[in-house]
Amino acid sequence: MYNFTFHRPTTVRQAAGLLARNPDGKLLAGGHSLLPVMKQRLAQPSAIVDLSLVEGLSGVELKGRSVSIGAMTRHADVANSQVLKDVMPGLASVPGSIGDPQVRNRGTIGGSIANNDPNADYPAACLGLGATIITNKRRIAADDFFTGMFSTALEEGEIIVRVSFPVAKKAAYEKFKHPASGFALVGVFVSKRGPDIRVAVTGAGSNGVFRVTSFEEALKKRFAAKSIEGMTIPATGMNSDIHASPEYRAHLVAVLARRALAKANA
Amino acid sequence: MSATGIGAPVRRKEDFRFITGQGQYTDDVTRPGETRAVFVRSPHAHANIKSIDVSAAKTMPGVIDVLTGAQLATDKIGNLICGWMIHSKDGSPMKMAAHPALAATKVNCVGDAVAVVIAETVAQGKDAAEKVKVDYEVLPAVVDPAKAQAKDAPQIHPDIANNTIYQWHLGEKKDVDAAFAAAKHVTKLDIVNNRLVPNAMEPRAALADYDAGTDNLTLWNTSQNPHVARLVISAFIGMAPEHKLRVIAPDVGGGFGSKIFIYPEEVVCLWASRKVKRPVKWTSDRSEAFLTDAHGRDHVTHAELALDANGKILALRAKTIANLGAYMSTFSSSVPTYLYATLLSGQYNIPSIYCEVDAVYTNTAPVDAYRGAGRPEATFVVERLVEVAARQMGIDPADLRRRNFITAFPHQTPVIMAYDGGDYNASLKKAMEMADVKGFAKRKRDAARNGKLRGLGYSTYIEACGIAPSQAVGSLGAGVGLWESAEVRVNPTGSVEVLTGSHAHGQGHETTFAQLVSERLGIPIENVSIVHGDTDKVQFGMGTYGSRSGAVGMSAIVKALDKIEIKAKKVAAFMLEAAEGDIEFKDGKFTVAGTDKSAAFGDVALNAYIAHKFTGAELEPGLKETSFYDPTNFTFPAGCHICELDVDIETGKVDIVNWTAVDDFGTIINPMIVEGQVHGGIAQGVGQALMEGAYYDANGQLVTGSMMDYTMPRAHDLPSFHVGLTETKSPSNPLGMKGCGEAGAIASPAAVINAITDAIGTENIAMPATASAVWTALQKLQAPKAA
Ligand SMILES: Cc1cc2nc3c(=O)[nH]c(=O)nc-3n(C[C@H](O)[C@H](O)[C@H](O)COP(=O)(O)OP(=O)(O)OC[C@H]3O[C@@H](n4cnc5c(N)ncnc54)[C@H](O)[C@@H]3O)c2cc1C
Repeated sequence: MYNFTFHRPTTVRQAAGLLARNPDGKLLAGGHSLLPVMKQRLAQPSAIVDLSLVEGLSGVELKGRSVSIGAMTRHADVANSQVLKDVMPGLASVPGSIGDPQVRNRGTIGGSIANNDPNADYPAACLGLGATIITNKRRIAADDFFTGMFSTALEEGEIIVRVSFPVAKKAAYEKFKHPASGFALVGVFVSKRGPDIRVAVTGAGSNGVFRVTSFEEALKKRFAAKSIEGMTIPATGMNSDIHASPEYRAHLVAVLARRALAKANA
Repeated sequence: MSATGIGAPVRRKEDFRFITGQGQYTDDVTRPGETRAVFVRSPHAHANIKSIDVSAAKTMPGVIDVLTGAQLATDKIGNLICGWMIHSKDGSPMKMAAHPALAATKVNCVGDAVAVVIAETVAQGKDAAEKVKVDYEVLPAVVDPAKAQAKDAPQIHPDIANNTIYQWHLGEKKDVDAAFAAAKHVTKLDIVNNRLVPNAMEPRAALADYDAGTDNLTLWNTSQNPHVARLVISAFIGMAPEHKLRVIAPDVGGGFGSKIFIYPEEVVCLWASRKVKRPVKWTSDRSEAFLTDAHGRDHVTHAELALDANGKILALRAKTIANLGAYMSTFSSSVPTYLYATLLSGQYNIPSIYCEVDAVYTNTAPVDAYRGAGRPEATFVVERLVEVAARQMGIDPADLRRRNFITAFPHQTPVIMAYDGGDYNASLKKAMEMADVKGFAKRKRDAARNGKLRGLGYSTYIEACGIAPSQAVGSLGAGVGLWESAEVRVNPTGSVEVLTGSHAHGQGHETTFAQLVSERLGIPIENVSIVHGDTDKVQFGMGTYGSRSGAVGMSAIVKALDKIEIKAKKVAAFMLEAAEGDIEFKDGKFTVAGTDKSAAFGDVALNAYIAHKFTGAELEPGLKETSFYDPTNFTFPAGCHICELDVDIETGKVDIVNWTAVDDFGTIINPMIVEGQVHGGIAQGVGQALMEGAYYDANGQLVTGSMMDYTMPRAHDLPSFHVGLTETKSPSNPLGMKGCGEAGAIASPAAVINAITDAIGTENIAMPATASAVWTALQKLQAPKAA
């Protein structure tokens, strides 16, 4: 790790100010993505702006027909939220599948989304539910937020404050774990909220999280595994590495989508 | 059986300090004025070093010195060596390339150290290391052992043609060829035994401290055999005379073989400490460990089995290419030869066997012994061949095994080993009962209803442990003897210290060795402490590997205890005013035969030291005895593992649903510890079969260089194991022990792959059989449907 200055603001406004004064500074949330790359000397931020003392950034709240999750809410707290388990257990299961207890007790939803690791779980949930990412500057629809591997619509110095998920009547996540890292080799989030049907995929695409519109179309008739029986997606555009071929990833998308649908309807 | 004696499941004495974070590992040791070493490592797999410029690095804050391979050569620090001589078929000696601790002119694998920064802190050392400018001329690399001998492969070491270290063979080719010509059935298999990264929980570390006042050097390091380290570092590397070098291996957090070897880093720390006249510490981080710890396995084999019409095995032949990496590590040459081909007879009566092994250099990390060392590779070859032959011939795999089991002992195999005892039918039978093989067909049908393909696989393995009679291994090329030493010191108060040349790094010696002493001397286990891992305390020892600490290390303790008893009886005779021959020793008490006169062990110990009851002319005072024990044979643990698993047809994911292990380890000192060793071994074997694999890309970059890409088995990947024992005593050591440390890792890969191939109906699956690999194999079979 290289040297850096360490700041602990107590308001979002102070944090934004610190970022403005330190152009290559970085926000620190749970540190479970940022610190490993700093320790490996792959990142060299001159300043760290720690969000842990900023008030009002954590908690899970039901606000009318949506669930609002503060950016600094730890994975474990989302997974264990009774409010969320009651209204949308499918979303609560997402952070429950992340890493191990240490990771879940430190990592945050804001950090995960801002990082947009192509194998991360939360991006699938955000896109699969049509969430809104609320920053200190604006509201961004999930469809516009995730712009590719490790890249998002966030501007320099923009801070995620919370994420708002519309409550879907049916929602489920099915994850096939990467054998080594435990991230999603492929993860599929499905949801149905009135006429809005979404199938979002993480882990598989070489450009990060994406929606499977062909499946979504087919599911309009009936939101059930049967409706996409036998359907596949092309292997082009899928990731390829020692762990899985593009064909295998494409195949898993269809398998996991069917399993998620069965779960959502259970 | 006493509550703390032989056979009792005593809780491990050492665990309190380990699980409360109070272990003292090398990195926990600190010396006043300690500095830190940070290595500058090659990012290239193969390159000439045109120049190294350390001037900028030397001026960085906190830097004490920056040292290079050129200085190492000037100071006449010797190269690292491989200590086991193997001769090729044509009689020529193996070709051992120079392995300097810091590369001066050429690097041969990613992670090869080219310079070292000695700094006040690690962070300062890392900052300075980035300023060392190395000008490399990058060369093409070869990483695949099957390609290393090709005409157009880059030559790694000057004068070593075709990257070939040796072309060795064992057995009678003529006999084997004749048997194959006459065979009714021949089974052929191409097998890759995947390369593994050991990943001990504690990374390697070294702390060297030079005392200018006495000219003594002390090295704390993560070693499984500190005396061997001292011997090699003084006799071959020339660091210091043996009596001026003290090596201490304190608590060591796992080794699995990878900490047997002498590595560049400890040599450099010693050398640097003398140069900067301050202690120098290096602790590997996990990334360095992936790159520089000696890896395991990495064989490419073609194997064939000849059988008659009744499924009787007539002969076996195998041709193996073994990847030894960029340099020959300390015992690397022995692993694919005498620890491998000598076990190709398995549990079977095979009249003739012929094995050829080519060992090659590649631009990868050195490969050496890793849990099982050679024997897992042999077991995998034999147990896959037997299973596939049975399937091809339409014979039940258990039945084909039974038809070929060795049942009369001693049994001389055609590949050196003389098995001294065992009962292979007994372990197979017991395992089949425990695994409910009878109910398998029904379970398979039930699984099919849930979209699962169920399979069952056997592995009836054998291994050679307790390495080994010194004369025997000497005749096979070993540079050392493989006896073990023990010293038993009885204190005046009757408590006992046992100094052993074995070394514990997870095995529980502090408990099992104390159980032996408790039983023999009839004293509480709390009154016994086990001392190991310090060359200044223990006179000499060969260390721990090859499941030898029980069979060899404890045998030495037995011999020393025998001497203690003889001496103590003499003392007791004076105390009780009886003839020495009339003294009996039992349950911690010396009695005069036929009388009620007795003396407790503690009183005798006290009298041995106060020496009031005898004169110096009659008896030497004191109660301390030493023994060096050389075994008379290897030991041959054997058993049967049965793996039952489900393959998810849709995803290819394998779930092990049942694991049965029935092992014959001879005498068991502590069944709980033995069971733990079996569990850990199976976990590592299942890891090899389903998850682990070190991959280098064509440029020699390690793709699986971290836990993000290298899959280690986790607890939830494994079922609850059903572990059972059968027992035939080893006739080759006084306790009848055989060894249990490696069995799990040796037996399990074949059981897993035999079960997967049984489930999916194709033999065409390589390790690690990841979900993706199994799914791909299933696709090639055109998507079989569950029945
Ligand atoms: C061993 C391990 C296993 C893991 N397994 C999984 C897994 O299975 N699935 C999965 O999805 N993830 C996994 N992760 C990642 C984990 O979920 C991380 O915690 C998460 O991706 C990042 O969250 P964080 O709070 O730790 O963010 P940090 O590491 O602190 O920050 C990550 C990035 O986000 C930025 N950032 C943080 N907060 C904000 C904010 N409010 N606004 C704007 N930018 C911000 C930071 O500046 C940084 O660039 C794993 C991590 C580890 C170490």
